[in-house]
Amino acid sequence: MELLTNQVLAGIATGAIYACMALAVVMIYQAIDHLNFAQGEMAMFSTFISWQLLQWGVPYWGAFVLTLALSFAGGILIERLLFKPLAKAPILTNVAGFIALYAIINSVAGLIWDFTIKQYPTPFGSSPFLGSQLISTHQAGMIGVTILLLIGLFFFFRFTRMGLAMRAAASVPESARLVGINTSWMIALGWGMAAAIGSIAGMMIAPVVFLEPNMMLGVLIYGFAAAVLGGLTSPFGAVVGGFLVGIFENLVGTYIPGVGNELKLPIALALIVTVLVVKPAGLFGRPIVKRV
Amino acid sequence: MTAMLNVRDLRAYYGQVQALHGLSFALDEGSLTTLLGANGAGKTTTLRAICNMVRSTGAIEFDGAALSGRSTENIVRLGIAHVPQGRGTFTTMTVEENLQLGAITRSDKAGIVSDIERMYDHFPVLKQRYAQQAGTLSGGEQQMLAVARALMLRPRLMLLDEPSFGLAPLIVRDLFKILGKINREDKVTILVVEQNAQLALELADQAYVIETGRIVMSGSAAEIGNNEDVRKSYLGY
Amino acid sequence: MSAVQETVTDAPAVEAVPKRAMTLGTGTSLVMLALLIAAPLFVKNFIIFQMTMLLIYGLAVLALNILTGGSGQFSLGQSAFYAVGAYTSAILMEHVGMNYALTLPIAGLVCFVFGFLFGQPALRLSGVYLALATFALATAMPQLLKLGYFEHWTGGVQGLVVTKPDAPFGLPISQDMWLYYFTLVITIAIYIFSVNLLKSRSGRAFMAIRDNEIAASAMGINVALYKTLAFGVSAGITGVAGGLGAIAVQFVAPDGYTITLAISLFLGMVVGGVGWLPGSIVGSAFIIFVPNIAEGISKGLSGAVFGVILFLVIYLVPHGARQVALVAQHLVGKLKQR
Repeated sequence: MELLTNQVLAGIATGAIYACMALAVVMIYQAIDHLNFAQGEMAMFSTFISWQLLQWGVPYWGAFVLTLALSFAGGILIERLLFKPLAKAPILTNVAGFIALYAIINSVAGLIWDFTIKQYPTPFGSSPFLGSQLISTHQAGMIGVTILLLIGLFFFFRFTRMGLAMRAAASVPESARLVGINTSWMIALGWGMAAAIGSIAGMMIAPVVFLEPNMMLGVLIYGFAAAVLGGLTSPFGAVVGGFLVGIFENLVGTYIPGVGNELKLPIALALIVTVLVVKPAGLFGRPIVKRV
Repeated sequence: MTAMLNVRDLRAYYGQVQALHGLSFALDEGSLTTLLGANGAGKTTTLRAICNMVRSTGAIEFDGAALSGRSTENIVRLGIAHVPQGRGTFTTMTVEENLQLGAITRSDKAGIVSDIERMYDHFPVLKQRYAQQAGTLSGGEQQMLAVARALMLRPRLMLLDEPSFGLAPLIVRDLFKILGKINREDKVTILVVEQNAQLALELADQAYVIETGRIVMSGSAAEIGNNEDVRKSYLGY
Repeated sequence: MSAVQETVTDAPAVEAVPKRAMTLGTGTSLVMLALLIAAPLFVKNFIIFQMTMLLIYGLAVLALNILTGGSGQFSLGQSAFYAVGAYTSAILMEHVGMNYALTLPIAGLVCFVFGFLFGQPALRLSGVYLALATFALATAMPQLLKLGYFEHWTGGVQGLVVTKPDAPFGLPISQDMWLYYFTLVITIAIYIFSVNLLKSRSGRAFMAIRDNEIAASAMGINVALYKTLAFGVSAGITGVAGGLGAIAVQFVAPDGYTITLAISLFLGMVVGGVGWLPGSIVGSAFIIFVPNIAEGISKGLSGAVFGVILFLVIYLVPHGARQVALVAQHLVGKLKQR
């Protein structure tokens, strides 16, 4: 029993990573109605930028805020330059665009900062949290940041005019235009916000997985899975999904014999797919009714 | 009487198919006009063309300003509210949020709050359901919400696309009474597209009849209502 | 009470290709065929090998085109079926000593069943959810192939070496050339089969499902059957491609069938034109040659160059090679009018 509790706790700790990533994923999904495969790479690039700022002597929180702002701007720029022209193209073409973006960012990051692993600092320290061997102060900090982010997003969407406008634009774009909302800009803003959230995720994750251009691949997949599990329409679901995925992953690794690191991912994904077959809109997603 | 809306030689296309073949008409300021026609005649297309939601050529002037080249949202910001076919309700948001969205381009907070109260006066049932998800409202209630949302813009021109669709006759009468009130008291120019010719002609001052993308008849509502062909084709007697 | 999110079914994510535009005209087809038949006679063995791979990946992209372009189901998991086909052939050839040609229909059948079975739970998923499920399948496959449990058959992480067949009847042509023509014949056969499949009642059922699933089922189409059938057929063709690939490359190993392959095939489909069968070979050419070109341009930034080229392609022709073909057709039509 104690092993189970420990593994669950450890799962929650690692799950914070996925929850953070899942938030960014849901954010972009709300804006553009599909998943952006390059999300992880954008987060990675942002983290490298913050690392570079730190190398140049900028203090941690200064670099953090600056990176946030740059990521926000970068996200908007990428959308306006690269994806606005594709707005009328079929979805699959847009997906190809995401894949192209992935390749470009990964390659450029590799060129600028090379593929050797780098240490990345945490503002929370890494001593055991409250004396527990399973959660470090950094992991607790990560969970805290994720929850703060979630609350912030909740307030933004529920209580601000911009948030209302973005929800409207994502929900019924035509009606949004008919009340005067520039839906095209809402998409750009969605990208900016997703990039900013992604950068936070990256900066939280890097101390754990170490900084290198390929650091986000596994995280992104789990992030997608978490977002889908929680229901793509629900930021709260994304966070819960993230924690659940972390727990699944840990329990699977502990209790199913013969499962090494390589099989954890497919099994976790398979479990999520099973959930989806039972609850196609995810755990907290709104059931989707389709009319002809 | 100044023309609030002036449409000249409007041609509209869905892909390769031409839906409007050179439409011309004008709306006087403060008038309540109805556009009648059968299914597929081009009524909805006309409204969509005014708001640049469909590819079109021709000249459309709103209060002297040319509308061509402007995006839908910019046209709306000029003061044209469009209640689309099917109502276009934000189903996942509450009634009150829908109303707030109607006013999203306005910056006068106090004015918005008092306008919402006015909408609740016009439509008491909305006040009852202010915190409810708009998608759970009945058809008639959603229609009222759509009209209220449009009014929150404080528009000078309001376009309504088949507001009677799917509604019980009594509800339609109530709705049309309110539209008449809004037209007279708030001085909103209204263009109502309708298949339900009878009620529309009772409500309106002016009327146009459209057939396969062309205006075939125009005049006062009374004239059109008494016209033999119109009675046979659209009024059933 | 959680509110229900009502959606009127949007325009389908996969757009329809009008039937007459589904294939190349007879003239163009014959020219292509002539080229494909004649080319190997003038080039070196390595180029012939590359052309064989072109056909093989073309088949895999074709299979994806049937699944996504035909029945509207997204799949990022084709690499899994390709791998199963490859391993089936390899195992039958190396452990059972079966003749290479015979392994192909078996590989196809095994994959058909596999695809058909996978299609069952996939019935409840669509769009991004189906993409995720197929993605899971693709990531799982290399790991499954490495499992110690199967190592006796699969050769574990090392994989299996496959013997390349000689030309039969002592024909005086190289192994590469024989394999090319062998593959060509199979490719043509499958292409003709696929074209006819899409023109048939089943094909129309697929497309009805792609365009509007609810309406299709209301019309009496057995949606479940046709969706799983589409998966099965697509998997089967991919399996044959995999088998041919194993023979051409002369070995199979788990890391040769990763998610990268699945993504490449997806890109091949988009570049070729979703749902346009002739485009499959264009897509295949793209995924085989462009990465090499990119690396030639800049070793350090090969990924970025690839991405840029991909972007250029999708900006210029968002609908893929089909768009180019339509434009060409249009121009030819105009010339004829003069």
